[in-house]
Amino acid sequence: MINISNISISFDDRVIIEDISFSIKKGDKIAIIGQSGVGKSVLLKSIIGLLNPDKGEIFIDEQNINKISFRKLQNLRSKFGMVFQFGALFDSMTVEENIGLALQKLTNCDKLEISDKITVSLKEVNMEGTEGKMPSELSGGMKKRVGIARAIALNPKYMFYDEPTTGLDPIMTDSINRLINNFHKKGEVTSIVVTHEMKTVRDVSERVLMLHDGKIQFNGSTEDLFSSRDPIVMAFLNGDSTYEG
Amino acid sequence: MREIILYPVYSVISLFEHIGKYCDLMIKTLRSFTTWHLYLGLLPEHMIKLGVSTIPIVIVTGLFSGMVTSVQTAYQLESGFIPDSYVGGIVGVTVLMELSPMITALVMTGRVGASIAAEIGTMRVSEQIDALETLSFDPISFLIMPRIISGAIMFPIMIVIADLFGILGGYYAATISLGITPYDYIYGLRDWFVPWDAIFGIIKAFSFGIAITSIACYFGFYTSGGAAGVGKSTTQTVVASCITVVILDYLLAAILL
Repeated sequence: MINISNISISFDDRVIIEDISFSIKKGDKIAIIGQSGVGKSVLLKSIIGLLNPDKGEIFIDEQNINKISFRKLQNLRSKFGMVFQFGALFDSMTVEENIGLALQKLTNCDKLEISDKITVSLKEVNMEGTEGKMPSELSGGMKKRVGIARAIALNPKYMFYDEPTTGLDPIMTDSINRLINNFHKKGEVTSIVVTHEMKTVRDVSERVLMLHDGKIQFNGSTEDLFSSRDPIVMAFLNGDSTYEG
Repeated sequence: MREIILYPVYSVISLFEHIGKYCDLMIKTLRSFTTWHLYLGLLPEHMIKLGVSTIPIVIVTGLFSGMVTSVQTAYQLESGFIPDSYVGGIVGVTVLMELSPMITALVMTGRVGASIAAEIGTMRVSEQIDALETLSFDPISFLIMPRIISGAIMFPIMIVIADLFGILGGYYAATISLGITPYDYIYGLRDWFVPWDAIFGIIKAFSFGIAITSIACYFGFYTSGGAAGVGKSTTQTVVASCITVVILDYLLAAILL
């Protein structure tokens, strides 16, 4: 369970997120949407403790992540899987080392077990046979899939996806969306997807949170989003740049 | 006009901000010592990157700094009243105490400092450091600590190599091109040699190693603004490290000599 209570975040006197609250229940599939620069990724990073809010509190499994020690936060993060916008694979490591790095540190598995887990994770994302490749040898979509494999290898309870389909072709987008759904079902995880791709919103979310001007403009089911009469929501869904809400 | 007047004020404020953030990062690095044992395995890789791969450059700079010292010393002593053995003595003392540590440190700033800043900076802007954190790694222990320890170990070794080749370079220039006999050069070298001079050079190297690697880690770690930000961090690293090396050089001389 994730509980966000009255958080505000600003950078250099520019308010990005202003006094927002919401909660995410176990097993939820939630999409956070909004225009570019509205603070979706900032919100996601603050949920996992990479950014501290100026005000408010974030509770994950009843632990206030802004007040717990670094060691406790590290333990809590072992329940997280994060897929970054551009994969964030470690440049100096092969695909295998990228996935195996956290397995070596966070699990008691021996080399053989780690190797098995790497193979299984790569198979899940249809990337078998790329163990020895360097990130520079992979395309954008492949990097994202390896990023997903790295995250799911640790069997997280919470999966966070930051723009998982941005910049990908429609087929690759569909493939990533399927992966998100498959892992959500298999892993019994809580999935939070930051995106501005409407196809991804339809395919992977059951609930949507729309940010606008630092506040929550919409918080409801995916169905309700697409039938919403709110002019700001409609303008966003229809890509109407002339509307100044 | 107002901007021109205020520029020095902003620069001073920015300098103190950097010093504060740098000290904060170093305190965090020291505090993370409880997890250092998890990342000590990374040391050999960094020691190779920082040290072993830099040996050829250190040899070349050491060799030529010894040679030029020899030539210039001989030029200054050309009156004929001063014995030739002084060339060996002056080359030895100058190389051990000042030239090797200083020139090697400046070369290492460009070679090692810039490379560390660019590497960590790229990791920052491409979210690799965020990825490390989400995978429950302590980025300070993982990225900064091994590099600083490697610098502290490898810089003195580099200086010893530079000392050796500096003295050899001086010998070569003195005997081959200046006509000083090998006996005179070696006699002067041995006559003027004080072990503390060599130890002083190694203490300097140790301090420069920590300073250069930690400054590079600092600028890399706090990089922002994409590729341009990485370039800026790299430049700042080289400038700040060169200035720090010169200041440290004076302070160590004033304190230890």
